[in-house]
Amino acid sequence: MAYRLRWKRRRLLFRALRKRRQLRLVSDRTGGIAPGDILTFSTVRNEALRLPHFLDHYRNLGVRHFLIVDNDSTDCTREYLAAQADVSLWRTNHSYKLSRFGVDWLTWLQIRYGHGHWCLTVDADEILIYPHHDTRPLPALTEWLESHGRHSFGTLMLDMYPRGPLDAETYRVGEDPFERLCWFDGGNYVIQKKRDLHNLWIQGGVRARRFFADRPERAPTMGKTPLVKWNRRFAYVSSAHSLLPRRLNRVYDEAGGEKLSGILLHTKFLHTVVERAAEEKVRAEHFANSALYDAYYDTLQSAPDLWCERSHRLTSWRQLEAMGLMSKGNWI
Amino acid sequence: MSVGIIMLVHTAFDRAEQVARHWSASGCPIVIHADKNVPKKSYAAFIKALSDLPDVRFAKRHRCEWGTWGLVAATQTASKIMLDQFPDVRHVYLASGSCLPLRPVQELIDYLTERPHTDFIESATTADVPWTIGGLDQERFTLRFPFSWRKNRFLFDRYVAFQRAIGFKRRIPNGIVPHMGSQWWCLTRQTLSAILEDPDRQVYDRYFRKVWIPDESYFQTLSRLYSRQIESRSLTLSKFDYQGKPHIFYDDHLQLLRRSDCFVARKIWPFANKLYDAFLNDAAGAMKQTEPNPGKIDRIFAKAVERRVRGRPGLYMQSRFPVEGRENGLTCAQYSVFEGFSDLFENFEPWLARVTGTRVHGHIFAPERAEFSDGQTVMNGALCDSATLRDYNPRAFLASLIWNTRGERQCFQLGPRDTMKKIEWDIAKDPNAQISVISGAWAVPLFKSNKNFSEIRQEAARLQQVESKHLEVLRSTWAKARVRIWTMAEFIEAPMEPLQTIIDEIGKQSQHGLAEVPKMADLTGFGQFLQNLKNQGMHPYLMGDFPVEHRLHEPERGKRKPYLVR
Repeated sequence: MAYRLRWKRRRLLFRALRKRRQLRLVSDRTGGIAPGDILTFSTVRNEALRLPHFLDHYRNLGVRHFLIVDNDSTDCTREYLAAQADVSLWRTNHSYKLSRFGVDWLTWLQIRYGHGHWCLTVDADEILIYPHHDTRPLPALTEWLESHGRHSFGTLMLDMYPRGPLDAETYRVGEDPFERLCWFDGGNYVIQKKRDLHNLWIQGGVRARRFFADRPERAPTMGKTPLVKWNRRFAYVSSAHSLLPRRLNRVYDEAGGEKLSGILLHTKFLHTVVERAAEEKVRAEHFANSALYDAYYDTLQSAPDLWCERSHRLTSWRQLEAMGLMSKGNWI
Repeated sequence: MSVGIIMLVHTAFDRAEQVARHWSASGCPIVIHADKNVPKKSYAAFIKALSDLPDVRFAKRHRCEWGTWGLVAATQTASKIMLDQFPDVRHVYLASGSCLPLRPVQELIDYLTERPHTDFIESATTADVPWTIGGLDQERFTLRFPFSWRKNRFLFDRYVAFQRAIGFKRRIPNGIVPHMGSQWWCLTRQTLSAILEDPDRQVYDRYFRKVWIPDESYFQTLSRLYSRQIESRSLTLSKFDYQGKPHIFYDDHLQLLRRSDCFVARKIWPFANKLYDAFLNDAAGAMKQTEPNPGKIDRIFAKAVERRVRGRPGLYMQSRFPVEGRENGLTCAQYSVFEGFSDLFENFEPWLARVTGTRVHGHIFAPERAEFSDGQTVMNGALCDSATLRDYNPRAFLASLIWNTRGERQCFQLGPRDTMKKIEWDIAKDPNAQISVISGAWAVPLFKSNKNFSEIRQEAARLQQVESKHLEVLRSTWAKARVRIWTMAEFIEAPMEPLQTIIDEIGKQSQHGLAEVPKMADLTGFGQFLQNLKNQGMHPYLMGDFPVEHRLHEPERGKRKPYLVR
C-alpha cells in the first residue's frame, strides 16, 4: 500500500508539472517572499465580493503572501487581485474539474514556491479560525506545531448560513460575512477513517441535513487539512481533504486524546449562492459526478431557509471549542 | 547591588536586549552567554546594542544543544565572570533570553536580601518525583550518553539498549546523590563559588559530561553538598507539558501570569508584545510582599494535559477519533435504554419524563424516523430525525445525541422493530448505557393489533428472532452496559420493584417510593393469544410462562395479584 501511494503521489506531482502550462502569469511578486513566511494558495473564480474580507482576515492572521490562480473570472476579480501588493496572480481558462478542482495548478505553485514554508490552501469562501486566533497569529500556531513535531493542521469545515431565505439580504464588499451568516449546525457530523490515506472522512452539517438527507453518502466532505509545512514532494489528493504522504493526514489522536485543531468557516451561503447555483449546474465543474447534484442545485436556486430551531448562533471561538467542533488540545 | 543575572541567549536578541535593559535599569549586573551557533554577525550586533549599558559582560561562547553539557559549561563560565567581576553580588539568578520578569526587579532584590543565605534551586532525587518523560530517570545517571538525542535518535536509543543489555553501570563519584530539578535557579555566592572552586570539580565535570540532561542535575546535585539552606523550588515560573516541552506564554496569558505572583516567567513568545509592554514598561506597579505562588495556575496546566491525553469522552471530531476500545466510553454521559416498556405500559414515556425529569425519547431507531421527544424533528445540535441520515452512521448518531444534550439525561426506547442491528453492539459495550429489557413485550402491540393472524404470526416469529439475538448480545461477555432483563411474565408479577430500581438508578429518587405508576396495557386474553400462536406452530418463549386463562389485573400496589405465575 505504501508503495502504491508513493507512486500515486508521483503521478499527482507529474500531473501538476504538466498542468503548469495552463497557467498564465498576471503579476509575479514572489520575489518578496522571505524565508519562513506563511503563504496562502487559492484558486478563485468570480470572487470579487469575498476577496477583500478574505485577504484582510488572512493578513491579520499573519499570512505574508498570497499565490492565487484566477480561473476565468468575468467580474473584476483579476483587476482587484493584480493591484494587491502581497498577491501573485496567475490566470487560466482551462477546466477546473480537469485540474482536480484547481489542485493541479496549486500543486505546481506549491512545488515552485511553497517548499519549506507553512502553506495554507483555502478557497475564497473559507475563513480559518483556531483556538486563540484573536490573540495569537498564525506564526505562533505554526511555531508551536513545529515544536511539537507536527507538520499539518486539521480543520472542520463549518457551513455558516443566515436565518431566512438565502438571498433575503445582500452582502456588501468588505463587510464581515458572519454578521448574517451567523448560524451553524453544531452536532450532526459523522466520521469515518479512510483505510488507504488514513484521513478522517467527515460529513454532516447543514448541507447533509437539508440537501442529502436521502443519500447521505453523497454529502460533501467537511474535513480539511489546509495548513501544512510544505515540501515540494507533497501533494493534495482530493481538494484539501487529504494529502500524500499520508502521515500528514494524521491530524487526530487515536488514543482518546485531543489534538489542537481548527475550523474553516464556510461563507458559501452568501446571497450570491442562489444565482451561482444556476450557473454551476450548467458548468458542472464542482463535483466528479455532477449530474447527481442537480437536485442540490435546484433546491439552492429556490433560496431555501436553512435555519432550524436547533441551529446555533456563532459567538466566539471559545463556544466552538466548548462544543467540541475544534480543540485547543494542550495549547493553552 | 545584590543580585546578578546570568542570561543564556540563543535567539530573539531584540527581546533579550529589552530584558537585559530592564534588569540593568534596576542596577543588576548581567553576564550574557550566547550560543555558539549564533552567527557572528548577529552576535556582534547584539553586543553593540548593549554596549551603552554598564556592568554587562559577555561570556565565552559554548555550543549549547539541548540535553548536553554545553549548557552547564556556559553557566559555569558565566558564573565565574559574575563572581570575579562583581564582588557585591550575593545572589546569582540564572535566566534565559526568553525569560520575562513579572514583578518589579526591586521586589526580587528585597526578597533575596531578606533571605541572604537561601539557595532557590529545585532539587529532588529521581525516586521521589514523576517528572521524567520517556523512562530515563535513575538511568540518566548510570548510563553514558555520547550521542545526541535530537540529531542521532537512532544511535542514542541503540546505545541505551546496548548498555542495558550488558548491564553497564557508571560509578557515581564520591558517593554524591543525584538530584534533579528545574534548570533555572538562584544561588548564593557562597554556594555557587563552592561548586566552582571544589577541588574535585574535575571529577564531577567529567562525570556529568556524560549524564543525560546535565543542566537539570549538575547544580541541583552539587548545591546539596554546600548549601546552608536550600529552598527546593525555582523562582522562575516554567511549565512543561506532558512531552516535556516548555509551555509558551502569549499575550492572552497576561492575567494568568499576574496571578502567579512569580518573579520571572519563561518561556515567552518573542512576539507577545502585550506581555513585554505590560511587564517591562510598568515597573511602577504596586509593590507586593506576596510569596510567588505558581500553584494558583497549576490547575489550568493540568487540565490542558488531561485534554490532550484523555480528551473529552464521547466526543468525535477532526482531532479526536479514538480507535475502538480507547474511547473512554462511546458516549459522554449516562443514558437509559428501555426495551418493551412502552409496549407494556400505555403512557410510559410521559410518565417516565414526569417522574425522573429526564428527556424521554420514543424509538429513536425506529425504521421510519428517529422519534425524538415531544415529536421534535430536529434535536440539539441540529441532529435530524431522518432515518437515512441516522442509519448512515448510527454510532455517530447516538454519540452526537448524547454529546449534544450534555447535562440532561437521555432515555429512549428500543425494540426488535427498530433498525438496531448496527447499533446494538455499540450500546451493549458502552458503560454509560443502562439497559432495561422486558423480553417478549413486543407481543403486546401485536396482540392489540387488528392484523390477520397469519401476518401476526409471521411478524411475531421475526421479532422473537431479532430479540433473542439481541439478548445474546446483551448477555455476552463483551457487554459493559448495566443490563437488566425480565421476562414479561416476571415483570408483570411485581412491576413496582423493577420500576423503582430503574428510577433510583437514574438518580432522581423520591423519598417515599413512586407516587404514580404507569398504566399497564389491558392484558385480558393475552395468555390465550400466546396459546394461539403456539397452536399455529410459533412458540413465543421470550415472555416467560403465561397461563392461558387469566383475568384483567391491576398493577397497583397493595392489591393482591389476581393470579400467580406457577
